[in-house]
Amino acid sequence: MWEYTDKVREHFINPRNVGEISKPSGTGDVGSITCGDALKLTLEIDENNIIKDAKFKTYGCASAIASSSALTEMIIGKSIEEAEKITNDDIVDFLGGLPKEKIHCSVMGQEALQKAIADFKGIEIVEKEGNIICHCFDITEDEIRHAVSEHGLASIDDVTGFLKAGGGCGQCHENIQEIIDDVRGDLVRKKKSASKLTNLQKIKKIEQTLEEDIKPALKKDGGNIELVDVDGNRVVVRLQGACATCIKSKETLKNHVEAKLRQKVAHDLVVEESLL
Amino acid sequence: MIDNPIYLDNNATTKTAPEVIDAMVPYLGTFYGNPSSMHSFGGQVADKIKEARLNTAKLFNASPDEFIFTSCGTESDSAAILSAIKTFPDKKHIMTSSVEHPAVKNLYESLKKQGYRISFIPVDSKGRLDLDFYRENLTEDTAIVSIMWANNETGTIFPIKELVNLAKEKGILFHTDAVQAAGKIPTDLSEVKVDMLSISGHKLHAPKGIAALYIRKGTPFHPFLLGGHQEWGKRAGTENTASIIALGKACELAMNNMDKEQKEVKRLRDKLEKALLEKIPHSFVNGDLENRLPNTSSISFEYIEGEAILLMMDQFKICASSGSACTSGSLEPSHVLRAMGVPYEAAHGTVRFSLSIYNTEEDIDFVIEKMPSIISRLREMSPFWKG
Repeated sequence: MWEYTDKVREHFINPRNVGEISKPSGTGDVGSITCGDALKLTLEIDENNIIKDAKFKTYGCASAIASSSALTEMIIGKSIEEAEKITNDDIVDFLGGLPKEKIHCSVMGQEALQKAIADFKGIEIVEKEGNIICHCFDITEDEIRHAVSEHGLASIDDVTGFLKAGGGCGQCHENIQEIIDDVRGDLVRKKKSASKLTNLQKIKKIEQTLEEDIKPALKKDGGNIELVDVDGNRVVVRLQGACATCIKSKETLKNHVEAKLRQKVAHDLVVEESLL
Repeated sequence: MIDNPIYLDNNATTKTAPEVIDAMVPYLGTFYGNPSSMHSFGGQVADKIKEARLNTAKLFNASPDEFIFTSCGTESDSAAILSAIKTFPDKKHIMTSSVEHPAVKNLYESLKKQGYRISFIPVDSKGRLDLDFYRENLTEDTAIVSIMWANNETGTIFPIKELVNLAKEKGILFHTDAVQAAGKIPTDLSEVKVDMLSISGHKLHAPKGIAALYIRKGTPFHPFLLGGHQEWGKRAGTENTASIIALGKACELAMNNMDKEQKEVKRLRDKLEKALLEKIPHSFVNGDLENRLPNTSSISFEYIEGEAILLMMDQFKICASSGSACTSGSLEPSHVLRAMGVPYEAAHGTVRFSLSIYNTEEDIDFVIEKMPSIISRLREMSPFWKG
């Protein structure tokens, strides 16, 4: 059982402002049905930039629904400038706290609000680039690598404290640990001696990693992968079977295939899908 | 505290039968003797344990000296699998299903880290095992096969007899986690020649903290717990006397209630399932409908999320489980539903109803009355629901 506050329960059972504004001034869509939660926030903003009305539709757990409901209550009547300052922590505080596994629900609220305001202003939000490790807080592998090497972080708790990465659902803990081990191991290795793989060694190692670490997992889901080419640090692959048509294939390539190859073979590998 | 719920979560745990409580309570209080003692005060407890072992064995048409009592289903599973591995130190392959309970699944994963090669038998969309895969992967290097008798999430029953026979042809040890099957369907071990089998008390109306492991006569066994001579040295530690007596009583009751389980519980389950599918569009049942536990129904409600459904049900004191990620702290929905290829969007919104002989017609009518409005209320909130 999740430890929800009375306020979370109350907002879940009696959510405020459910629905969709028919001609919204701004819309914020975040999440997806595959990920298990999604929020559509619509705003009505008047000529003085005051949020006159806000409505939400949420797919997700009780805390996702409560966070969305809380968000609408918090922003109605506020100016855009005031609303822009609202963070996920404010949503958590408003609800009297959320279990740490559920913090991402409040992050979803903040993101939807930012997107809706950006939509109203006509600004396009540029998606963060790079391999996202912590999806709850949208933290990339590069950010974690940088923090670990520059600030001497040694544990997952350190990383969470510093970047928030890993502070939500906790599903990325294994990946964060791998990055920590990798960066710290790398620091040690660098001190010892720098050894470089020959091209042949690199290709062999990539093939071996695909066979042993990647294919079995893909096959479990009815998919497969084939190595097409290796060109410098570019690894070109072709997804097959269920993977070829899976809407999550891009994510699989980045989060699973690339991450594994980087860990096992070389840090600078970039995995691309064959267009042929 | 909440009491008297509409309890449809019997695959998670069951109500302790009143007869079971009556049977065990004297051994918590008045008769506290140690069954290993020389004096009659302790010895009389040993007699009751003997009776409990006999009643446990009867449910499985086995011999009482083939059962040892343990603390939980997980302990029984671990004891069986780790024993097999010690028996065959040179064999480095082990097999199980891809829909196993974490008690076995995670033990296998840990053995993988120790260098074992693991075969997870895939299942089809109804949760049925790929028997060709199974046959092909039974090798001389296989130390043990462990496959659940029935799946906890969907209730799908596996063809254990056939699976055992195939393993026996190659002399491979076979263990089954029968925690969900025991007491719900016939489990006659004179017919089905498993080497080892786990059961858990609290899934069949005994209390938590008591379980058993069946070890067929002649099966090599390396104890999990070492120490005293209890359980013929196969499981050291002073006996959990009151709970063992409770398990014996629960097995006796299960024998007597098997018919009710197969007919009455099944009738109520079918009634619930039929009504919900009729009243709620975009919903479907998971599992092998032809070979399923009589008490279990796993239903996916599309476009909404399971934890939210459960908490709405909680308002009406209706207890069930979900295959949703959000109830387990992970973002991934149940590995069982994913192994079956249930799409994420439906897996997230899956509710498992599991009944017992204590459910009444009124319980089921109440759930049938409340569920449609719970589902439609959440769907109205969902951005994916187009009505």
